[in-house]
Amino acid sequence: MPLDSRFRFENFVVGSANQLAVAAAHAVAESPGTSYNPLFLYGGSGLGKTHLLGAIGNLATQLQPGLTVLLGSLEELIEELHGAIATGQMDRFKEHYNRLDLLLLDDVQFIAGRTETQAEMLRLFNVMQQAGRQIVLTSDRPPAEIADLDERLITRLSGGLIVDIGVPDYETRVAIARRQCEERGLKLSAPVVEELAGIDFTNVRELQGALNRLAAHQALGQGEVTPGSVRALLGERSVAQRTFPGRAPSADGTSAAPEENGEFHSFVFGLQSAVAPHLDAWRTRLTESITYWHELGYGTSMLERALEDPGEVDIEALLQKYEQGIAALQRLGESVEGPLARSDPFRDPERIAEAEQIATRMRHAPPPPGPAPELTRASFEVSASNQMAVRAADAVAESPGTRYNPLLIHGPAGVGKTHLAHAVANSLAARRGGGGVACLSTPEFVDELIDALQSGTVEAWHARYRGVDALVLDDIHVMGGKERSQQELFHLFNTLHSNGRQIVLVSDCPPRELSGVDARLRSRFEGGLVVEIQPPDRALRQRLVRRALTATGGVPTPELIEYLAGRPVADMRELVAEVGRVVQAAARESVPASLALARHELEGVRPSPGALRATATGVVDPFFMDAEKVLWDWPDLSGRAIEDLR
Amino acid sequence: MSLVNYATREITCKIVYYGPGRSGKTTNLHYIYGQLPEGRRGKMVSLATQTDRTLFFDFLPLDLGTISGFTTKFQLYTVPGQVYYQATRKLVLQGADGVVFVADSQTRQVEEDIESMQDLHANLGEQGVDARAMPMVLQYNKRDLPRELVLSVAELDEALNFRGIPSFPADALHGSGVFETLRGISELVLKRLSAPASAGSR
Repeated sequence: MPLDSRFRFENFVVGSANQLAVAAAHAVAESPGTSYNPLFLYGGSGLGKTHLLGAIGNLATQLQPGLTVLLGSLEELIEELHGAIATGQMDRFKEHYNRLDLLLLDDVQFIAGRTETQAEMLRLFNVMQQAGRQIVLTSDRPPAEIADLDERLITRLSGGLIVDIGVPDYETRVAIARRQCEERGLKLSAPVVEELAGIDFTNVRELQGALNRLAAHQALGQGEVTPGSVRALLGERSVAQRTFPGRAPSADGTSAAPEENGEFHSFVFGLQSAVAPHLDAWRTRLTESITYWHELGYGTSMLERALEDPGEVDIEALLQKYEQGIAALQRLGESVEGPLARSDPFRDPERIAEAEQIATRMRHAPPPPGPAPELTRASFEVSASNQMAVRAADAVAESPGTRYNPLLIHGPAGVGKTHLAHAVANSLAARRGGGGVACLSTPEFVDELIDALQSGTVEAWHARYRGVDALVLDDIHVMGGKERSQQELFHLFNTLHSNGRQIVLVSDCPPRELSGVDARLRSRFEGGLVVEIQPPDRALRQRLVRRALTATGGVPTPELIEYLAGRPVADMRELVAEVGRVVQAAARESVPASLALARHELEGVRPSPGALRATATGVVDPFFMDAEKVLWDWPDLSGRAIEDLR
Repeated sequence: MSLVNYATREITCKIVYYGPGRSGKTTNLHYIYGQLPEGRRGKMVSLATQTDRTLFFDFLPLDLGTISGFTTKFQLYTVPGQVYYQATRKLVLQGADGVVFVADSQTRQVEEDIESMQDLHANLGEQGVDARAMPMVLQYNKRDLPRELVLSVAELDEALNFRGIPSFPADALHGSGVFETLRGISELVLKRLSAPASAGSR
């Protein structure tokens, strides 16, 4: 049990009844294990034993931050002990408790009759005491009165200090009530507080409860609480009559105030006390409704206002309206589905208009980015190097979500991973419909998340992605170090995966080499099929080159294809780019792509003008024929230059 | 009629004093009226004959001020006791939230008490009201009379209180027991506030 920071010595009201206990507790907290060990506090319920126990823990850790403190009830200790016995981990249990510097144990009276726990406690006490560790215990009765307590335990307990906490006296009660008012910002006049403290509460909790009732009464617009009404409000009428016969006229009229007729007042007064709780029934009902809906996570400001508004409230109509609102919200929530249905506007009938807007927006929300239409499966060249990946992709396209989920494609840059992923996405998009296919790169994913975070539409963003039929995410290796994105992807992944939606991931390295990516994500990435695309082989390159060249309309020569396919490029992308350059150059020169042109364009080797001219077809742009501008139009000069080079 | 109106924050109770002629119903109201503080003293409407017998009914509005934010008003009615005012009794009884049955403690009047009690039940039944569900208390009036003239409380209970409802001995003329009775019936009536059926309008 963690230490409750509300339990401090500063907010514990010290009176004659608990002076000694507080002093002892303070001493123990200041120097655990040295002064009174064990310290045994006992007293009735609601007198501050647990508060003191918490205060010791808080002060001790404040003074010595490294202290190992355990605050718990005996029940918890017993449960733990039983658990340890059941799982055969007694050693761990002992070890755990032997490591403690300060053991704060609440409600030890429950140890009565539990011999095995007593034996364990005895052993624990011995170990802790010998090591100079502090033990503080609380109970509702002194050790000698705890039934069936082991003699040895009694002597151990009596060896320290046993202090009782008594019922607070009037002055302490006033102080407690004042402090409570202060802490919680309650405005009760001094006479009211004194009147309240005058009631013989047997413990502080009752006093607090009474204080709450008065404060609530006042806050609910029932007017100022006066000293005279305190007891009536608290249902302490009989006490009031006994204590203040003059203020509450009795029925026989003998003590009636002279100027007013006693019997009628007595009647009205009595009636008020009888009626008030019934009348407050609607308040109770409203409060119950508020609590109920609040528990369910709905906004209840509408009902809360009614509670505060002393004007006209038809509770039946109000509750009906509220519940209708909730029903409407639930219907709206169903229409948007996903986590957005749990966002704030969908939780407050007063914001129903907003929720409607969101729902409408959701219906017309832009779908997540899809695949590039030109990157189709048909335009993807298959070869030995990517065969495996292509087969996997085909399988995924055929039966999405069932066979390989997720499919992770990795390989060096420019081998066609993105193309293949988009191809899968295109096939899936053509196949399904409905939710659509989200196909995007990780940077886009991250950017969208950041935008959503910025504009506060994360919920909508979630919904947008969680509704897709398939997710294709490119370049997941750049996810490294982006924690929030990983977290979101993790949840998205889980949602989609558990709904049988296909996930395709693309990375430049196998999952286990993804640096800066959470292990839980990495392991999920590996859960489906991981395929690699090898750098392209020559046959594939030739096919690619031929395809690229034929696409422009020309008939490429085998030498040109051979030359281009043999270019020392790092990846396919670069190769395609080079082919593109050659094709462009050819278009610029208005000549068909040729080996010479390619060599000139890519390597800077100037082709002989003759060669160029010879292959020229059609009309040549006169610009290039301008003698002043084109070097190779001067045959002598260029011929000489080549001659010189030779 | 509306017992608790949450919309207008009003509690209105109609309490009918029922009983045989000359049992002291009007006397009850007169005593209550006499006890009202000056400021609260409304107008008591009494339609009486020359000989001070209730001809139609007595009506005493009781303004109890504000209770928990609700303006609380009690309307006390008496019915004419004489047998031949049956129609009036029915009329007054309509919409009652509670009934005080004022019985004459005199031995010679016990027959009339019983007859009136039967009359009350018959009238309630006629109006479709379940007498068992109607808040009701008994007042044994005229306890100040010499002991030989009156029945003991136990005997009266035997004769009239077959349902075991609260009963109060009273001397309405001098006021003892009057407010106890009123408080008794008020509490019974107001207990209904917590019943769900009374939360709205009834």
